[in-house]
Amino acid sequence: MQWEAVIGLEVHVQLATQSKIFSGAPTTFGAEPNTQACAIDLGMPGMLPVFNGKALEMAVRFGLAIGAHINKVSVFDRKNYFYPDLPKGYQISQLDHPIVETGHIDILLDNGETKRIGVTRAHLEEDAGKSLHEDFHGMTGIDLNRAGTPLLEIVSEPDLRSAKEAVAYLRKLHAIITYLGISDGDMSQGSMRCDCNVSVRPKGQTELGTRTEIKNVNSFRFVEKAINHEIERQIELIEDGGKVVQETRLYDSERDETRSMRSKEFANDYRYFPDPDLLPVEIDDAYIERIRETLPELPEAKQARFQSQYGLNATDASILAGSREQADYFEMAAEVAGDARLAANWVMGEVAKFLNQHDLDIGRCPVSAEALGQLIQRIRDNTISGKIAKDVFEAMWAGEGSADEIIDKRGLKQVTDTGAIEAIVDEVIANNAPQVEQYRASDDAKRGKLIGFFVGQVMKASKGKANPQLVNQVLRQKLDS
Amino acid sequence: MALDKNDLNKIAYLARLEIAPENAERVLNDMDRILDFVDHMQQVDTEGVEPLAHPIESRQILREDRVTEPNQREALLANAPATENGCFLVPKVIE
Repeated sequence: MQWEAVIGLEVHVQLATQSKIFSGAPTTFGAEPNTQACAIDLGMPGMLPVFNGKALEMAVRFGLAIGAHINKVSVFDRKNYFYPDLPKGYQISQLDHPIVETGHIDILLDNGETKRIGVTRAHLEEDAGKSLHEDFHGMTGIDLNRAGTPLLEIVSEPDLRSAKEAVAYLRKLHAIITYLGISDGDMSQGSMRCDCNVSVRPKGQTELGTRTEIKNVNSFRFVEKAINHEIERQIELIEDGGKVVQETRLYDSERDETRSMRSKEFANDYRYFPDPDLLPVEIDDAYIERIRETLPELPEAKQARFQSQYGLNATDASILAGSREQADYFEMAAEVAGDARLAANWVMGEVAKFLNQHDLDIGRCPVSAEALGQLIQRIRDNTISGKIAKDVFEAMWAGEGSADEIIDKRGLKQVTDTGAIEAIVDEVIANNAPQVEQYRASDDAKRGKLIGFFVGQVMKASKGKANPQLVNQVLRQKLDS
Repeated sequence: MALDKNDLNKIAYLARLEIAPENAERVLNDMDRILDFVDHMQQVDTEGVEPLAHPIESRQILREDRVTEPNQREALLANAPATENGCFLVPKVIE
């Protein structure tokens, strides 16, 4: 049977405010336990929450960026459950009147088509603290630094049909929130956390299958693996005559599997009710318009501009516009280099390769965009070949200086002197008599392939410094005559 | 609408309350009366009346995004029965 997966994502985005959503305690990550919490975060009796205006502004910015409806009246509710890292016994969230409703995010599929993914809602809520189960000899340690950190929970429609689509949606969402500057989007620090709702159904069936929820997946790669694993598990289960149970599962990245979290008795009975400590949040059109005016160029607009202004294809433009930092880096390099196409290739090629190898993001790239642009200039003016440029880039990465300094120091300047190249060509021809004979006995089509051997030999003899176009030209002259 | 013992146990569990068996009957009776009261209210015609999110007809005041609460760990931990390495200690919550 052909199966179809149906996936919806719930993404928690930590908003980049200085202080918490309902208190004046700081939100700094990685501080000593309980140094970033105050009486409000601890839920001490008599404390009253006061809503952080910046968190509201950021939520509205997001809503506008995804073409959503902004609710002019939104209401905070209490979601009741007991856990030691939730001191009040309830989380302040929004249920019936969230700040943002019905928007959409467009993703680019592998076949080049665009697919529109619905966003059901985005609501504001506070984060809980952290429970530390190790190093407390049989007890659990509670750190409330994170308690009260503002979160925007973004809920998608079940419009996604594969793990790949889910990752494309997440990447786009990540690009939007970082472009907007409402979150640092750092998944490793928990600034963006993803719950995946997954079900399968026979292809063609409209009714949805029973879904499971995979909690707290914390990297793009794990989202893809966790969803793929869960789809396979459900299909196998059904094909073996079993039934999918609606439950919460946890992804174990070390074993690459999901497993059931013990379903708590009476789970999911949160008994929401409006929080009497907080009044309805009211905003007007003028407020919304003021925020709309400050929206930056968003990923889609930037991608479109990259295509029209620089003549890039949709895939490349979409990769480069994938993060604001990468887009800025590319544009700066292209400007200095005077060639956007080459700059694009370098940013997606060598730069991306080295960043990956060193597990860095482009903001920490040791080769600046200007320095890369200067290197590309030296390719364009034939000072060095593209191949030598890769060696120069490696040296620049290692901090050996600018492109010009390295070319100079290592004597890498391309040989464009015809006389010098002729001398090397003569030597190569003299040393490879059998190949020369074979070449001369071949027709044009075959010669085209065989010439590569001679070019390789000449480049080797010149230590890569001979200008490849000149080498080709001189070889043809000498071999064809 | 009448509640039964199971409803009572579930509600008590969710609220982490212990109802002594000898009190169960009385509490159930109280809760039934509360539900009767709600039923009574629901008979009021609310056609055309705006839903009320909050009894105080005012709007939420916004706070400026500024850090006003410096580190006060010593004082906060002083209230707790058990602490270690800057953390509150509670009975182990996972197995």
